[in-house]
Amino acid sequence: MAATSLRANPSGHSQQELRRMRRRTLLALRYVILVVLALLFLFPIAWSFINSIKLPSEALAVPPTYLPSEISLKNYEELTTYGKIGIAQHVYNSTVVALITVVGSIVLSTLGGYGFARFNFPGKNVLFVMVLSTLMIPFQSILIPLFVMIVQVDLHDTLFGLALVYITFQLPFGIFLMRNSFLAVPQEIEESALLDGCSSISILYRLMLRLVLPGIVTVAIYAFINSWNEFLAALIFMSDQDKFTLPVFLTTVRYGIWGDVNWGALQAGVIVSIIPSLAIFLALQRYYMDGLMGGAVKN
Amino acid sequence: MNLSWSQRRKLTGLLLVMPTVAFVTVFFIIPLLMTVYMSFHDWPLFGERAYTGLENYQELSKDRQYLKSLDFTFRYTALVTPPIFILGFILASLVRHNIRYIGVFRTIFFLPVVIGLGVSSLLWVWMLDDRIGIFNKILLDFHLVPKAQLFLGRPNTAMNVIILSVVWKTVGFTMILLLAGLQAIPDELYESAEVDGAGYFRKLLYITLPLMRRTIALALILSVIGSVLSFDQFYIMTRGGPRNSTISIVFWIFNNSFTYFKMGYGAAMSIVLLAILVALTGLQLYVLREKE
Repeated sequence: MAATSLRANPSGHSQQELRRMRRRTLLALRYVILVVLALLFLFPIAWSFINSIKLPSEALAVPPTYLPSEISLKNYEELTTYGKIGIAQHVYNSTVVALITVVGSIVLSTLGGYGFARFNFPGKNVLFVMVLSTLMIPFQSILIPLFVMIVQVDLHDTLFGLALVYITFQLPFGIFLMRNSFLAVPQEIEESALLDGCSSISILYRLMLRLVLPGIVTVAIYAFINSWNEFLAALIFMSDQDKFTLPVFLTTVRYGIWGDVNWGALQAGVIVSIIPSLAIFLALQRYYMDGLMGGAVKN
Repeated sequence: MNLSWSQRRKLTGLLLVMPTVAFVTVFFIIPLLMTVYMSFHDWPLFGERAYTGLENYQELSKDRQYLKSLDFTFRYTALVTPPIFILGFILASLVRHNIRYIGVFRTIFFLPVVIGLGVSSLLWVWMLDDRIGIFNKILLDFHLVPKAQLFLGRPNTAMNVIILSVVWKTVGFTMILLLAGLQAIPDELYESAEVDGAGYFRKLLYITLPLMRRTIALALILSVIGSVLSFDQFYIMTRGGPRNSTISIVFWIFNNSFTYFKMGYGAAMSIVLLAILVALTGLQLYVLREKE
């Protein structure tokens, strides 16, 4: 090190200094590129938000204005009476479907993950492969019989029926993740509890749940975001407009089913529907990324 | 009933996995078998079903819109995959090192991934509008176009702008996958290559790309599977137009099954889609297996 810094070059800078300057310039350049790209990535969301707080008349201006001349929540207000019943009902629909999906996915994945990780029973491997094989078949290709079945048991046009389908498609990921979570818990903890005379279920309830909580959070986040965002199944299973989830309802706004397309209100609706996903992601990012790495990469 | 301890464990294990197995059987295995069964039938939503053997499949080969949809879907996949991958790779390289605030940038690039594709399509169709869209406003203000462009009104530009919107929406996912791959490469490899005088492209070619083979394959396959299954962006942004030029496979299955209610025919198409996807997933498993 000392030798390099002593070897001065004609400009008077040592090699080390030159290298440091070069590194600093590159770093600055990297930040400039990052900031420009970040602005481009944020632009659509920001632009949607800016327009949602314009006055409704300004949001419809041709050509559009860049910045609102007046800030207003009128677009959001208009949404509350939009369509047949207003957006509140559709927020409610999406929320109910998402919550049923979250609870269902957590319960089934936790029980199943525990069973597959810690118990031996006949047919275990076959059943495990069967559950995971669901990953290979996209739900898009079995929607037709699912629809026929759901109609036959009168669960079409019900939020519950849609949630049942969503739960099923969360299961392979959930089971895989929860099984790994349980496997990561040292066997000794459970064994000593068993020796103390605890039953398997009370071990799960009293001891294991706390230890696998990160996995449960991950399953919950994915169940929520996926069911909140899902479009195709929601479009097919619901024909009653009162039962539309948010994305399906907003699509009817876009197609002007309720009269002229109200773009300002539509952007207010876009903002309303991206806030929950973004908030959950930002608050629980670590768990989300764990799921991405555990679910997509390793399996 | 007196069960031994090990019998009780067996029973408990079975009971624990039963709900999941029941769900998967009812909402997955049975529908899967039913898709096969339905594909051999004329199956309207109401009224008589009739066994028709292979007729649905024969009709497929003569259905020009179906062939067009296959062609469109593959073309779309071929066009959207490279930009997602290349931009994903560039982003991953940019956010690779843990320099200050890098977490913020990673988060920002990833944000669109957690927005639904349906909602993001609603956002983009509005930005791309010829009258009130921001793109035309900017292009006109900077005199880059003589008059407002109907981006979604012509097949070529429709394809391009939809690709732009999907790249924005999904590239963060590819970035994160590739980032994990990049970070798994030991720094010493680069350091010793630098000692040997290797520049950026030599390092990329001889260290980064070969060592990331599996991650790259995974990112590409997941991206391809997603594109083959695409529906939301076409349904919302173009409604399949102009002149039915942006109808994907899933879109055409949707139209046949849930607009015309030719469900048997839709099932036959689903079987073909299934075959394509099983092949792709098989390829994915094969590529990922290699390492072990």
